Amino acid sequence: MTEPPILRIENLSTRYGAVRALRSVNMTVRRGEICAVLGANGAGKTTLLRTVSGLQPPDPGSRVLVDGTDVTRLPAEAMVRHGVAHVPEGGGVIAELTVEENMRLGGLWRAGRRERGAKAAEMFELFPPLAERRTRHAGTLSGGERQMLAIGRALMARPRVLLLDEPSLGLAPLITRRIMRLLQDLRAGTGLTVVLVEQNAAGALSVTDHGLVLSQGAVVASGSSGELLADDRMRHAYLGF
Amino acid sequence: MNHFIDLTLNGIANGAIYAALGLSLVIIYQATRVVNFAQPALALIAVYLAYAVYLATGSYWTGFAVALASGTLMGVLAERLLIRPVHGRSPLSAIIVTLGLLLALQGAAGMVWGNGDYSFPYPMDFRGRFSPAGAFGLGAVAVVTLLLFALYRFTPLGLRMRAAALHPESARLSGVRVGLMLTAGWGIASAIGALAGMLAAPPFLSPNALDAVFVYGIAAAVLGGLESPFGAVAGGLLLGVGLSYVSGYAGPELTTLAALAILVVVLSVRPDGLFTRPVARKV
Repeated sequence: MTEPPILRIENLSTRYGAVRALRSVNMTVRRGEICAVLGANGAGKTTLLRTVSGLQPPDPGSRVLVDGTDVTRLPAEAMVRHGVAHVPEGGGVIAELTVEENMRLGGLWRAGRRERGAKAAEMFELFPPLAERRTRHAGTLSGGERQMLAIGRALMARPRVLLLDEPSLGLAPLITRRIMRLLQDLRAGTGLTVVLVEQNAAGALSVTDHGLVLSQGAVVASGSSGELLADDRMRHAYLGF
Repeated sequence: MNHFIDLTLNGIANGAIYAALGLSLVIIYQATRVVNFAQPALALIAVYLAYAVYLATGSYWTGFAVALASGTLMGVLAERLLIRPVHGRSPLSAIIVTLGLLLALQGAAGMVWGNGDYSFPYPMDFRGRFSPAGAFGLGAVAVVTLLLFALYRFTPLGLRMRAAALHPESARLSGVRVGLMLTAGWGIASAIGALAGMLAAPPFLSPNALDAVFVYGIAAAVLGGLESPFGAVAGGLLLGVGLSYVSGYAGPELTTLAALAILVVVLSVRPDGLFTRPVARKV
């Protein structure tokens, strides 16, 4: 029997007032895959993640399934219980809380203080710079450290699917490469599935298995990362390289 | 010297009441960016209910417990039924709702219990230098402040409440039910408001008994910083002592004017309050 995809999106549409931001998007991601969502500014990449994670209400007729369970109309706070963690653009770390408090927040929905403590220790081991700054306010961290904290907080929930929005935004190439390598390590180590929104299409496709390209809220191309990289017309028209 | 000590102790006792009311305002402001102008009316109804229970049972402490419980319940209901529907719209909408609730509840209190003064008991003996009643007020506010500190700093519920207030979207993405946390905040704040009402009401209870105290409560919150619960407590105590000196040395008729002057000076020199540190935020 074939295992159901960990994330299936069917006919997903949404709008901001009169503006249609997503138009019947379909997408399937299998367990352990890293999938890129690409496109120009305003293409609908961030909206796609926000609609999947429950921050943006979908139009009627849309469907989002996680491991076969329909989660289409669940609010954002319930999605984490279904194994979906979302790191929004900019990370969304809470500047006024300490690094440790931000980290703890990600695992709060799980019962068991000991389990949360063990997971936090694991995260600090994964991100040593954060361990050194655990008592400092998150607002004092560098951009790279904040992104690490945002990813660490999301991982505290032990997600099956990680939605990651522009993790390279404003970061030095070296830090970006580290984050991309981390995603690959997590996939290899834990079977984590990642949906990665990126402006830097070439960088994203170098670490992902497949991708889809959005333009004006609609899917204009999808395929393996190799296929997308090899398609000169697509690269020039939509990916800018 | 004795006069100075008396004024100081009296100021601390009054300041505890301002601190409690300021604290209740700050908790709600932190969570929803709304100054809850209905707070004195919520406290007033809680105190009237306590008074009714006191008359029925003869027990001050049963009435005290009823005041805290009914204060909590009214805060929860106000948030769920009145504030939640306008949440996310202009902050002015919520402020107008709280002003409307203030007028409605004060009017209702007058209709139900009349506009006359009732003799309202102190929790303990109120006579003498720093009376047991004064000490009780200060102790109660100190305990509440410590409990709040422990709640916010050391418990998962407190972390959820802070996250919900500071960054609702991130809190939701971490599984926090933001609406529930805001309701909890209103409940806790209204319970503290009811405590302030119980401390402020004696010796007489009337529909406008808490109006002046509320003005000082707002002044305390602004003095300490609307973002800082502990600033509100410190602000309340400072204001209480300051106004006591003004009353004792310059005349009681100047206390309201002095509170206003303090507000103007603080807002001009440190608009964020004396105890709020401006935090640079990357957005």
